[in-house]
Amino acid sequence: MAEVILRLEKVCKAYNVGQPTESEVLHDIDLEVDRGEFVALIGPSGSGKSTLLNIVGLLDRPTSGRLTIKGQDTASLSDAELTHLRGHTIGFIFQSHLLISAFTAKENVMMPLLVDRGFPSPEIEAQAGRLLDQVGLAKFAGHLASNMSGGQQQRVAVARALAMNPDLVLADEPTGNLDTKSAEAVFALLQQVNRRVGTSFLLVTHNLDLARRCDRIIEVVDGRIQA
Amino acid sequence: MNRWLPFEWIAAVRFLREGRLQTLFIIGGIAIGVGVIVFMSAMLAGLEANFIKRVLTSQPQIQLLTPDQVARPLRNGNGVIEDPIVQRPSQRVISIDQWPKIRDQMLAMPEITAVSPTISGSALAIRGDASRAVTLSGVEPESYFKIVRVPDYIVAGEPRLTSDDIIIGTELARELGAIVRDKLNVQAASGANRVLTVTGLVDLGNKGVNQRAAYVALRTAQSLLGMVGGVTTIDITVKDIYAAEDIAQRIQAANLVKADSWIKTNAQFFTAVRAQETSNTLIRVFVALSVAFGIAAVLIVSVIQRSKEIGILRAMGTSRGQILRVFLLQGGLLGFIGSLFGAAMGAGALIYWHAVQRQADGSELFPLILERRLFIITALIATVTGLLAATAPALRAAKLDPVVAIRG
Repeated sequence: MAEVILRLEKVCKAYNVGQPTESEVLHDIDLEVDRGEFVALIGPSGSGKSTLLNIVGLLDRPTSGRLTIKGQDTASLSDAELTHLRGHTIGFIFQSHLLISAFTAKENVMMPLLVDRGFPSPEIEAQAGRLLDQVGLAKFAGHLASNMSGGQQQRVAVARALAMNPDLVLADEPTGNLDTKSAEAVFALLQQVNRRVGTSFLLVTHNLDLARRCDRIIEVVDGRIQA
Repeated sequence: MNRWLPFEWIAAVRFLREGRLQTLFIIGGIAIGVGVIVFMSAMLAGLEANFIKRVLTSQPQIQLLTPDQVARPLRNGNGVIEDPIVQRPSQRVISIDQWPKIRDQMLAMPEITAVSPTISGSALAIRGDASRAVTLSGVEPESYFKIVRVPDYIVAGEPRLTSDDIIIGTELARELGAIVRDKLNVQAASGANRVLTVTGLVDLGNKGVNQRAAYVALRTAQSLLGMVGGVTTIDITVKDIYAAEDIAQRIQAANLVKADSWIKTNAQFFTAVRAQETSNTLIRVFVALSVAFGIAAVLIVSVIQRSKEIGILRAMGTSRGQILRVFLLQGGLLGFIGSLFGAAMGAGALIYWHAVQRQADGSELFPLILERRLFIITALIATVTGLLAATAPALRAAKLDPVVAIRG
């Protein structure tokens, strides 16, 4: 049986708890993602997909329920411990590429390693170079992020998400802002990484064609997972 | 990417470099502020040093005088006062009692560097039809010239004082029409008179003083003023000029003399210096404050502009502490770099001002004092100001909720 990377048990999220404007966004979410699984998360806008992704990504805490990552319960962890766990086990890819514009493509890929180790090193640079090569952007290593096309930036973001060798990559509509051809290239890249390295993916998308090509589709409607 | 720099430094430097125009403008602002402070501090220090030098080389630092002569109420038996109205008696010119003993005591004190007994009184200097009242100072040149640098102020002739010589102020010479080697008839109030040869003309930097100054040998003055063997003052210089008042008080307490320090006799000067220092400090504080607000404003804008990037950095495992340091460092760097330019600007302005601004006689208005200490302290203060100013923006950046920041 495959190792469970991510487990959510009865996870709820509500905003403005105890106030008249209280609104519950997620209700009793149960979800498991195995190592190496490629899961698509679909659902209409406002259904709670992004909130779910933020909770899984340890950027937000659930109001109730249990979130376990690689067997570790996250409820008891401090903010600093969550940050550390996040840095080491989870990679993020966002819809708008969100590279750091003051740095080159290669430096952006190095960034998670740099943040973790504190100092740059030849080893980190080599690792970033390899990853850029993998996403087909070795030539652009020295380009400033702001001078690259959307598709290129998103591929840099993919390389960056993989820099720390995460167990799980969370991708929030990574192809949402790209033309069909670039979107296809980015998706193919994700699948390739998934097969070769065995990284698990949780992919939020509006594109049903892409979703159908994943191992499993989970649909969120009104804060609940549809069977 | 520099391998020796930690992540926080790399990010801080890159963020500053990327915000080119903002960075340039704020560094310009800091540089102007620091430049003003450097310029002002160095010039004031120079003016003060110049003034003190002038004051201290043209007058003794402590002067021992005969104590005031006082009249006491006439008593008739214990507690019975016959005549309680007491008039202040006129002050006769009298010699300091046992002055050679006091002089020797003074010479034995370690904090005293030079002691010179002098006698002074008023006299008339007469040349042909012209006569002028002068302040006649009888001095021992070898010790007196250590206290008042008469030789430094000689503009014609030489600083020689044998018993037939006289050195007079330039204005007095002009009024009497006298030049070096001319003879003057000096007549004291008592009627005693001597014919003396002008050996030197001095310019002590003050017209009133130059009109009345007349130096003669101690013995000459003693005989003219009718006080053979007596002196009216003992002039003293000390090692630490700012301790002069303390020393003066100690001397006065231990001897039958009145001791006046230069600090007391130049009280006005000290008030002026203190007022200047206060206003200087105020200006510094306000310039530093406006610089700090400038830095804070620029960094706040930067935090807002970069909030998405901060969110991303947080998502990829950057701790709040790291984010905090990235922005604190930016403040510190701005302050430090600005202070370097500012110090260069201030020093440049000072050198220019020093070259252009001259005193009436063409000598420098103030000595050019460019102490390394001033620059180090200024850079330090600017850096600390930058760090402090960055606190609010850095805290704001560190507190950003990554979820909100990324959603933008």
